[in-house]
Amino acid sequence: MPSTAAPVLTVRVLLFASYADALGLDSVELSLSTPATVADVLERLRDLPGGDRLPPKPLCALNLTHVRSDAPLSRGDELAILPPLAGG
Amino acid sequence: MYLTEAALDLGELLRAVQSPEHGGIACFLGTVRNHHGGREVLRLEYSAYGPMVEAECARIVAEAEARWQVAVALRHRIGRLEIGDAAVAVVAASAHRDEAFVACRHVIEELKRRVPIWKREVFADGTVEWVGAGQSGAAGQGGSEARIEAESFR
Repeated sequence: MPSTAAPVLTVRVLLFASYADALGLDSVELSLSTPATVADVLERLRDLPGGDRLPPKPLCALNLTHVRSDAPLSRGDELAILPPLAGG
Repeated sequence: MYLTEAALDLGELLRAVQSPEHGGIACFLGTVRNHHGGREVLRLEYSAYGPMVEAECARIVAEAEARWQVAVALRHRIGRLEIGDAAVAVVAASAHRDEAFVACRHVIEELKRRVPIWKREVFADGTVEWVGAGQSGAAGQGGSEARIEAESFR
């Protein structure tokens, strides 16, 4: 059988506060076929138990910087899904 | 470090920005309030995405210091805070008061808009709620991305 596997990248996904409560975890490693974007990770998270409680467009940060959901991912990225901010 | 679990020390922040060329220092302290939405609050529990708090606060301070002739110091406390405790402190020093006030206001507003910190309110009736998560169903939270303006994205 010829291999049809697309190149894969692994990203570390962090969840906080109400989102960590909703999914029952605060971090998860996901492997995605490339090219992949933040939106692909969100889609995968929605398939996890409790993932349906994530909003359509949550705030996201890639390697400590706010990004939009169309941001491309690279191997070893750290992607954080941020609930509504409540500092101050 | 912009994040701390210790009680905030305003004097330390003032000393960090004081300088002979400064003629005014504006300060903002955000303190824990005993009510929210008509309900009695007993205390708050703050948590944070620590590494990003440090990165984003550094960006906010650098932006303010590039935009105005100011020196800014900023600190946010996390962990369990009681009513009246200071959760955040901002100080901005400048030659004249106008820039100090404007920069101080700008920094606290940007912190609330961009810095990944969350708080849980513990109410007198025994319930515990994440601030911001309750009133927003999926549609409400969907607005959160729109609140971060284009210049915040890199």
